[in-house]
Amino acid sequence: MNHLLRERAPITDAGWAVIDDEARGRLTPALAARKLVDFAGPYGWERSATNLGRTRALVSAPADGVRAEQRRLLAMVELYAPFSVARSELRDADRGALDADLAALDEAARRIATAENRAVFHGWQDAGISGIAEASTHEAIPLGEDCERYPRLVARAVQALLYAGVGGPYGLALGPDAYTRVLETTEHGGYPLFDHLRKIIGGPLVWAPGVRGAVVVSQRGGDFVLEVGEDLSVGYDRHDADAVELYLVESLTFRVLTSDAAVALTS
Amino acid sequence: MAFSGALCHDAGMGFDQYHEPPEELPDGTRTFARLCASLTEEAEAIGWYEQRLAVEPEREARAIMRDAQGEEFKHFSMNLEFLLRRTPLWREIAQGILFQEGDIVEHGEESEEEATEDAAERGAPVSGATSLGIGSLRGAK
Repeated sequence: MNHLLRERAPITDAGWAVIDDEARGRLTPALAARKLVDFAGPYGWERSATNLGRTRALVSAPADGVRAEQRRLLAMVELYAPFSVARSELRDADRGALDADLAALDEAARRIATAENRAVFHGWQDAGISGIAEASTHEAIPLGEDCERYPRLVARAVQALLYAGVGGPYGLALGPDAYTRVLETTEHGGYPLFDHLRKIIGGPLVWAPGVRGAVVVSQRGGDFVLEVGEDLSVGYDRHDADAVELYLVESLTFRVLTSDAAVALTS
Repeated sequence: MAFSGALCHDAGMGFDQYHEPPEELPDGTRTFARLCASLTEEAEAIGWYEQRLAVEPEREARAIMRDAQGEEFKHFSMNLEFLLRRTPLWREIAQGILFQEGDIVEHGEESEEEATEDAAERGAPVSGATSLGIGSLRGAK
């Protein structure tokens, strides 16, 4: 048994399969960062930190004539999103019900995917994570709500990357509001804005819950790394006669290796 | 390692490492397939050098080939480690077999049984051990 304690849960194999399938299905569309940045791992739950290869000088040393430098590490962060499943729903799933109510799981999946996206794109100060948009050395471009201007603004971001010598293709992470506006919009002549933007960036255009505005990101690789210890998993916490308390969990950290390989478009 | 030509069997584009249409595969799976193909090629090269060494009488030539074979050992090991990192269940089974004293087949059977039964009991996907096995979504729709 490992730290997820799944064997302790009053859940059958069929019940776990339903829960895991539902979690996977809900997480995959929302995990925008994993569609746009390099993924390293999974290295397992025991992984605690990433070696940055850098040091900080210590002012004191245990003896005269000795200089001391301490290694700097980027510690993994554990993300938990708890949820509850009614035992009656699990019993129904065991009987073959295909419509078990797993709304709380769906909501937990949305929360943890949003948290991962936000940490990657906007950073997380307490966790020592610098986000892509905040780390970008390019001046942010105001996005606004006028969709007709989006192709010009995204093209300007692409141009900034090209001038910086950052090759394509590029990906575009769009926050939910901007994404909906893009989907709803057809340009003069009936050409979908979505397709026009994809032609400009040459890479994926991704729905990114947790992202404010949009971010154009180089897709050449080697610029941004999402490092995962334990990949997203479902663990068991406790249960009573009516419900089982579970949680989604992952351990991760994120590094920007090339700060000029992305341009933020602010909302 | 010099390419054996195993990847390209005619003058056109050959992508033998793919068993399914490449355009339908996510980036992570394509990378995995490339590394599997690379692992195979390194193992083949190790075998070829072993045969050449068995028949080559000249000392200096043998030294060069032994050095080259050492490179293939390194390449093979790096490929293998990459693939094991990406495949927790494979890694778990390998841990019960590699660098162990005693009967290899016995270790293999025990390790496989233990790892897969644990995974099944947990309701875990075979490719992802205890996790949901999501990993990288580069190339996912």
